[in-house]
Amino acid sequence: MLSVTGLCTEYVDERGQTIRAAHEVAFEVPQGKLFTLLGPSGCGKTTTLRSIAGLERPRQGEISVGGDVVYSSQRSIFVPPNRRGLGMVFQSYAIWPHMTVFENAAFPLRVGRRKLGKREIEERVLRVLKVVALEELAGREATRLSGGQQQRLALARALVMEPRLLLLDEPLSNLDAKLRERMRFELKRLQRDLRITTVYVTHDQSEALALSHSIAVMNAGRIQQVGTPREIYERPGNQFVADFVGTTNFLDAIVGAPAAPPGYYRVSSALGEMKVRAVEVLQPGEKVILSVRPEDIQLSETRPEGENVWEGSVDQKVFLGEAVDFQVKIRDRALQSRAHPSLRTRVGEPIYLRIDPDKCVAMRASTT
Amino acid sequence: MTAALLRRTEAPGQAGFDPKWLIIGGCVVLAVYLGVVPLGFLLWQSFFTPQTAAKAAVLTLGNYREAYGSPDTWILFWNSLRFAIGAALVAFCIGTLLAWMNERTNTPFKGLFFALSVIPLIIPGILFTVAWILLGSPKIGLVNLALQRLFDTDAVFVNIYSLAGMVWVDGLHYSPVAFLLMTAAFRAMDPALEESAVMSGAGVLQVASRITLPLAWPAVFATLLILFVRAIESFEVPALLGLPVGIQVFTSAIYQAVHRYPSQIGLASAYAVTLLALTTIGVYFQSRLSSSGSKYATMTGKGFRPRPIDLGGWRYVTTAIFLAYALLIVVLPFAVLVWSSLQKFYSVPSMEALQRLTLDPYRTILSYPNLGRSVWNSLFLAVASATLIMLVTSVICWIVVKTKLPGRWLLDNIASLPMVFPGIVLGLAIMILYLYLPVGIYGTLWIMLIAYITRFMPYGLRYNTTSMLQIHKELEESAAMSGASWATTFRRVILPLLKPGLIAGWIYIMIVSIRELSSSILLYSPGTEVLSIVIWELWENGQYVELSALGVMLILGLFVLVLLAQWVGRKFGIRDA
Repeated sequence: MLSVTGLCTEYVDERGQTIRAAHEVAFEVPQGKLFTLLGPSGCGKTTTLRSIAGLERPRQGEISVGGDVVYSSQRSIFVPPNRRGLGMVFQSYAIWPHMTVFENAAFPLRVGRRKLGKREIEERVLRVLKVVALEELAGREATRLSGGQQQRLALARALVMEPRLLLLDEPLSNLDAKLRERMRFELKRLQRDLRITTVYVTHDQSEALALSHSIAVMNAGRIQQVGTPREIYERPGNQFVADFVGTTNFLDAIVGAPAAPPGYYRVSSALGEMKVRAVEVLQPGEKVILSVRPEDIQLSETRPEGENVWEGSVDQKVFLGEAVDFQVKIRDRALQSRAHPSLRTRVGEPIYLRIDPDKCVAMRASTT
Repeated sequence: MTAALLRRTEAPGQAGFDPKWLIIGGCVVLAVYLGVVPLGFLLWQSFFTPQTAAKAAVLTLGNYREAYGSPDTWILFWNSLRFAIGAALVAFCIGTLLAWMNERTNTPFKGLFFALSVIPLIIPGILFTVAWILLGSPKIGLVNLALQRLFDTDAVFVNIYSLAGMVWVDGLHYSPVAFLLMTAAFRAMDPALEESAVMSGAGVLQVASRITLPLAWPAVFATLLILFVRAIESFEVPALLGLPVGIQVFTSAIYQAVHRYPSQIGLASAYAVTLLALTTIGVYFQSRLSSSGSKYATMTGKGFRPRPIDLGGWRYVTTAIFLAYALLIVVLPFAVLVWSSLQKFYSVPSMEALQRLTLDPYRTILSYPNLGRSVWNSLFLAVASATLIMLVTSVICWIVVKTKLPGRWLLDNIASLPMVFPGIVLGLAIMILYLYLPVGIYGTLWIMLIAYITRFMPYGLRYNTTSMLQIHKELEESAAMSGASWATTFRRVILPLLKPGLIAGWIYIMIVSIRELSSSILLYSPGTEVLSIVIWELWENGQYVELSALGVMLILGLFVLVLLAQWVGRKFGIRDA
């Protein structure tokens, strides 16, 4: 549905220096899927989204929507944003304060190339307002809406012309925490119901994991990894992805011999010999970094069976309600682990750790 | 929904020529033409001998030789500087004292201070000057007569027809400008800086002189420069008060050079170029100062107002100062105009004259042959220039604020360029330009429209910039994403959001257009008189009572417009300029 290849963008900052915002960005979004660009601020995700929208003109690359090329540097094609027929929700919502709720939502139908009758406009606007549960407020001044209502109105405005592609630029970042969580569900339900192809930009990893069919993690203008939320979380492709998505423990290690099944290796780390799973083919003697999620470190007061087991001592613990975070020390190396609150080992007491080789991911040290 | 959207595929590809470039290009060309061409022509003309039927114009340095060879010019230069510096200092001292009283002390009647700040808008310079002639002339001036009766002598106490008189009237007229600028400076200052001086044991005057003023120094300097530029551009006061006694400054000298027979346009141009150089230096330093002002920034962002200094018994003194000021700037000038407008022939107030009150001057002026036409001309010029300026500058402002086009800063500067044109210089430049350009608008209303648009374009730009900066760029981008073209976005999103600034700027330009005299005086012909020209003619004819009657009506009309502007400002939350 959406295909982006070889996208490069540049801009000139205040000091006149040329800054690369996106570099060789390429991805595909299949029909009806929600695709997320995830990354820290300044990673190029918003620039990429704005290039798809046509609000920014890239330096190089090609973008096509539903088979129509909307931008191509080689064929010097650039379709202006108002001819691309895409829907977009902006970070600030960009609700026009001089119009009513109805007028805001009706605007795309009034200014579009296809002239619609008054009745049809009304019908379609009310239908889309109903979808976002704002039909009661159609006559209200747009400035008299709450944050969540403005967000839904922005969504309605983006949907009213039934776009081929919906672009969302950090749509939840201006809402307070409770509302954000609720809107996350609403947004997901809406996208799944309408089956509208969506590109979603966010810096919030939990939002990305909760909403997406597929995620591209970006850093410094490049895509680091593309995958399903589970792949991204459980098999981070490099150190940046492991660090940015979720919390993790990093350990330096040196590769020993390959182990069974294929893809598994024995390595020696600060903890000692252990068996890990690699995301790429490794050579013996190579330096690697291991990533272990806190919830994948199993703690117990009695020695468990199996591989990758160590004895350590509890250094600190933090009670969080639904879980307890333990800081465990093994040979001066501290590891963070999350356990069920029923585990009540006291600070200073010995404790056993076990890490499933499948959950201990080895990767080459990241260069970026 | 998805099924429907799949059917709707638009043909992609290169969009052809976009009509938006016509509008943008048109506005840019207009701004550049208005801002640059008259200036260029003026410079060019100052190097040529006058063109006559017999003789073509020749390149010469004669105008400058004549202008600078004569010792009169140095007297002119010296007079201009003394007048401008004097008027700026008078205005500054009065304005700063009032601003300090208003912002930092517990003087009563503080609420009325701001009402006074609109006086220069309501009382046009020419009326203010005429009123002060009626008050301060050696023979008929009321101040003199009152003092003479009081002390029972024939001595002349004040003579308004002098350099000091000119400085006084012009300084007084622009003091509200100083008041507004210095009020803003006091407000931007962190009151804790002053309070800590008080805690260190400083008295009221010590705090004012050792903390407040030094901290406000950049604002002080900028205010002085603005006042200096305004004073050196000022035409009404030097023409009415200086010329009768032979005190010339650049503006009045330009006027005289043009009105001499044969008119010496080359000489006038040479004077004008000098004057332009002076104002350019002033405006340049002022803009440098305001852009580097951040290092003096005393804003803390804490929105609390300082506790006003308790003046104790001294507050009766400050109240007296305030009342005296109100008397000098509003009550006396307006009262003397009203008095004069109710007389058959001008006579000083007395019981006898009180018996002869009449509305005759109003009848005469209302049946004055030129009045209807000049009202129509004034209104037409005001409405047309205000409307065109606000629309054109909204596009220019959009380019400057919202786009990343290379050279947009240049466009901003070019559109602001007329700021350095004194009204009379602009009038001269446009007069010369259209004398030579055979487009047939010389002597018509259109040449005056061009002059007004050029002169007031910077104001429009400023009003639009303020509101344009407040429009988030996503409001515009979301319209583009909704499928709106540039023109539709501009018409349906940008202009409605600019509305408060547009309306406030529109009314402001209306007001300043109606008062405009110094450009019009060189450009009008029989049939294209405007109201300020009618007043000027009445003065030249010695028809003081009719002038007063027209003046009173004009002041009341402008007063209504100002009230309207303030109401709009309050309603949409835009501050006055």
